Amino acid sequence: MTIEDTKSGHAATVDRGASAAIDVAHLVKLYKTNRAVDDISFKIARGSITGLLGGNGAGKTTTIAMIMGLTLPTSGKVSVLGCAMPAQSAEVLGRMNFESPYVDMPMRLTVRQNLTVFGKLYAVSDLKGRIAQLAEELDLTDFLDRASGKLSAGQKTRVALAKALINAPELLLLDEPTASLDPDTADWIRRHIETYRRSNNATILLASHNMLEVERLCDRVIIMKKGRIEDDDSPEQILLRYNRTTLEDVFLDVARGRDWEQAP
Amino acid sequence: MSLVERSHGIAMHRINAMVLRYWYLLVSSWPRMLELVYWPALQIITWGFLQNYISQNAGFFAQAGGTLIGAVILWDILFRGQLGFSISFLEEMWARNLGNLMMSPLKPIEFLISLMIMSLIRLAIGIVPMVILAMFFNFNLFAFGLPLIAFFCNLIFTSWSLGIFVSGLVLRYGLGAESFVWTLMFGLMPLACVYYPVSVLPAWLQYIAWALPPTYVFEGMRALLFDHTFRADLMLTALAINVVLFIVSFAIFLGLLNSARRAGSLISGGE
Repeated sequence: MTIEDTKSGHAATVDRGASAAIDVAHLVKLYKTNRAVDDISFKIARGSITGLLGGNGAGKTTTIAMIMGLTLPTSGKVSVLGCAMPAQSAEVLGRMNFESPYVDMPMRLTVRQNLTVFGKLYAVSDLKGRIAQLAEELDLTDFLDRASGKLSAGQKTRVALAKALINAPELLLLDEPTASLDPDTADWIRRHIETYRRSNNATILLASHNMLEVERLCDRVIIMKKGRIEDDDSPEQILLRYNRTTLEDVFLDVARGRDWEQAP
Repeated sequence: MSLVERSHGIAMHRINAMVLRYWYLLVSSWPRMLELVYWPALQIITWGFLQNYISQNAGFFAQAGGTLIGAVILWDILFRGQLGFSISFLEEMWARNLGNLMMSPLKPIEFLISLMIMSLIRLAIGIVPMVILAMFFNFNLFAFGLPLIAFFCNLIFTSWSLGIFVSGLVLRYGLGAESFVWTLMFGLMPLACVYYPVSVLPAWLQYIAWALPPTYVFEGMRALLFDHTFRADLMLTALAINVVLFIVSFAIFLGLLNSARRAGSLISGGE
């Protein structure tokens, strides 16, 4: 079954019937005695944008790292695009990509060199054409031959997004994609994420602290706290349940321990 | 339609991509290039003059001219080979790029092969001027003839094995383990008998020395210079130990990579 996604006038379809893009079952991550992720389960439909919300230390980045196969779970299972992670990661890594503030692009290499290297790693056909296309879409043309370390924060974020899109991934994992950007640049990035999802019917999992961003982009929100899932629904349903008008207020309710039954 | 071509097994395009990445870095930075040449050149000049002085004053070295310079060059192949491997790996840690690579389709074996190729490229840049300078001290490395290939192969295999091992340590324990990159090889130096024969060591230490492939190479070099004989037996034994060392290092690297995945340190890297 497919449903038309109407958020922001999206034409993309969320396919609930197909196998999930991400299937997480009873995932646990222990760091010594700290339960960073504590028995979480969820499925993410293909073609959807899902927001992963939570305060610092809620377990968002650890969850994303386990989905990518960068971190091994203590127990539980992760399946990405039908492949078990990390056992079948070789089958699936070429079909996904990510952007995170925890990693950088090599600073001495120019933007074009960086995109060339990653394009070759992902075996992108017609790489020059793809780089030219991304440069135009993400407005990189003026600094394609500048060292990545000499770019502004906004330019670096656009380059990181270009790297994340170089292989036109079916699944895109974004960890705080607009952190530390000015409102104009952040809005520009969000528009591009929306456009990409719409034109490629891609699945996007987005970890963010920016509630406006999540409200604007996401079909569904998973709220995490202390490694557990506190709530999981569409933004509209969550706002209704907590009797709030913004996700920011919901976030504060969750962070301060007020559940939806106690909300005004 | 997918933009991506699927490939299974070891893929040359991914190895090429990584070599290209390190090549871009090397040619974009003249200090990096200069560093490759500076230290080997300084070594050969210092040891060259020392050898000249000793050979004029001691009959032993006069008999086997070039022992010191030969040892310096072969030692540098070993040391620079490991450094060339490990520094390319460290570049990823310094650039906080490891997460990008580990999340890409790049396989650990492809990553390591690209580091080996870079180690050869960096070594060539440093060693060629060194070999030319040595000629000014009446030492022609190529006069070793075919045995030089056996010396080189054994030393470079050892350097890669140690490079793989220390890279695994840095991968698992972060940049706090970086000092091993610079110092581990020097721990080997007294036991590898670079400048003196194994017989100088106490009997119990000789067993350890003979467990190290470079010991065979340096003994082989001295046999060639003093006795003018090529000890193929020494080279074959070194090769056999190298094969074991390489397999063990690779297994340890994979173990440390898995340990880093369990500890969640791949995405953060750091100290």
